[in-house]
Amino acid sequence: MLVTQISVFLENKSGRLAEVTRTLSANQIDIRALYIADTTEYGILRMIVDQPAKAQTVLTEQGFTVSATHVIAIAVKNIPGMLDEALEILSEGSISVDYLYAYVGRLQGDAIVIIRVQNPQLALEKLEKSGIRVLSTQEVYGV
Amino acid sequence: MIYSSAETLSRAEMSALQLERLQQTIRHVYDKVPFYRTKMDELGIHPEAVQQLSDLQKLPFTVKSDLRDNYPTGLFAAPLKDIVRFHASSGTTGKPIVVGYTRNDMAVWSDCCARLAAAAGVTEHDICQVAFGYGMFTGGFGLHQGLERLGAAVIPHSSGNSERQLLFMQDLRTTVLICTPSYALHLSEIMAQEGILPEDLNLRVGLFGGEGHTPEMRSLIEQRLGITDTQNYGLTEIVGPGVSYECLAFAGMHINEDHFYPEIIDSKTGEVLPDGEEGELVFTTLTKEGIPMIRYKTKDITRLHREPCSCGRTNVRMELVRGRSDDMMIIRGVNVFPSQIEAVLMSIAGIGPHYQIIVTTEHFMDQIEVQVELIDPTRLESYRELEQLTKEIRHKIRTVLQIDVRVKLLSPQTLERTAGKSKRVIDLRQKAF
Repeated sequence: MLVTQISVFLENKSGRLAEVTRTLSANQIDIRALYIADTTEYGILRMIVDQPAKAQTVLTEQGFTVSATHVIAIAVKNIPGMLDEALEILSEGSISVDYLYAYVGRLQGDAIVIIRVQNPQLALEKLEKSGIRVLSTQEVYGV
Repeated sequence: MIYSSAETLSRAEMSALQLERLQQTIRHVYDKVPFYRTKMDELGIHPEAVQQLSDLQKLPFTVKSDLRDNYPTGLFAAPLKDIVRFHASSGTTGKPIVVGYTRNDMAVWSDCCARLAAAAGVTEHDICQVAFGYGMFTGGFGLHQGLERLGAAVIPHSSGNSERQLLFMQDLRTTVLICTPSYALHLSEIMAQEGILPEDLNLRVGLFGGEGHTPEMRSLIEQRLGITDTQNYGLTEIVGPGVSYECLAFAGMHINEDHFYPEIIDSKTGEVLPDGEEGELVFTTLTKEGIPMIRYKTKDITRLHREPCSCGRTNVRMELVRGRSDDMMIIRGVNVFPSQIEAVLMSIAGIGPHYQIIVTTEHFMDQIEVQVELIDPTRLESYRELEQLTKEIRHKIRTVLQIDVRVKLLSPQTLERTAGKSKRVIDLRQKAF
């Protein structure tokens, strides 16, 4: 199952990130995971939230440039070599990873890894076939 | 040294020469250029109506957009087989304006640039490094030809590559530097970085043009490079460099008025103003064959003085340009109109219609930052796509303007909206005029 991720364009100006979090908070939207790369000019904030459609609407209304993208969320056992296993599967299938980020949630000690790939459907099939635990939207949004 | 006897004519001699040439020019454009003929016919003015110099006032003005509207060669008065050179300059929007020179135009132009150099004290013993760009820009070739005509040695280095400029300056013992004043200052910074002192160089004179500069900038250049700083003025539409130039009396810039007839007008009413009054400078070419210009509005604000100069020259002087009557910016010697940048931005998908241009000075070089609002969310897939967008904007602006800009992407609704004419340009440079 694919999970919806929200991307927000952030210019490098103080207070912009706070504006996003303020808007989400005012609309009772909970951030499950968040990732932002460090660049000099601008950044793309990537988030998993509990209500992605609503988040996209309220942030757009607030004047942000916002997009919704499908990503894959997998559960990875918190022991060495487990992330490698998942990535090897994608590599063998020639599926390139645009980016990924991980966080340790309350999912029975497993880490949750969010992966953005070129071909999500194919990646999903390969991962599921190989026994990797792909998380459902309920599992991710409700973490 | 005074290079040409045309620089020391009495007022009566000059006026007689100008009238004769003006009458020929008016007759010539009436016969050869439909644009002028139509305008004159509409006003019921025939070439014979020009009986004295002041009759020129009856003729309509020519403006930059006339060159654009007749792009590329619609205003040429000579057949293309007689044209031996083309040059181009930026227009007010995407399209450049093109000018053409006949063999005779080239000779006149070289002569005018030789006068310019001689007035600054350049002689056949000098070694002159041209750090203006060569190519379609008139600066490089114009000065090059004039210096060669004078008999000086020319190093046609062209613009950029400061380290190599300094290498040649040291190894070939360059005595004269030709560039924009801001580039001269930039070179002085590189010198400081490389530990090169003014005494290590043989520079003695600078011929600076393409943009104005303040007295403060002038004294800084003189001190840092150990040279005499002279300024010259010109524009592609009239001929390129060589329209007017400073002499060592530094009492304004002498106009080559035997070739380029100046008037000062009130920009709003079009009325000609008396000597000494400030207004817009207008030129009529008196000898040009390729693309004559009748009453071309330069948009440059200055004053004219006709008293003979202490240097011995009698040709009319214009004060250093004090400003512009339009929104043209001069960026590293290149004419830039905000409308050109706007035209580029409007052609790019994914960004909003609002923009702002910030001009600053860094290490004495002009920098432009173009700020636009990102409105296309599909670009958020990866940083690569955002970089591609900024690259596309930079590339297109470079294609039109020949200058590098920085592009800053902003969130929607961040640029200031105003009901009236919005402030598109923020010029934070030290004022050049």
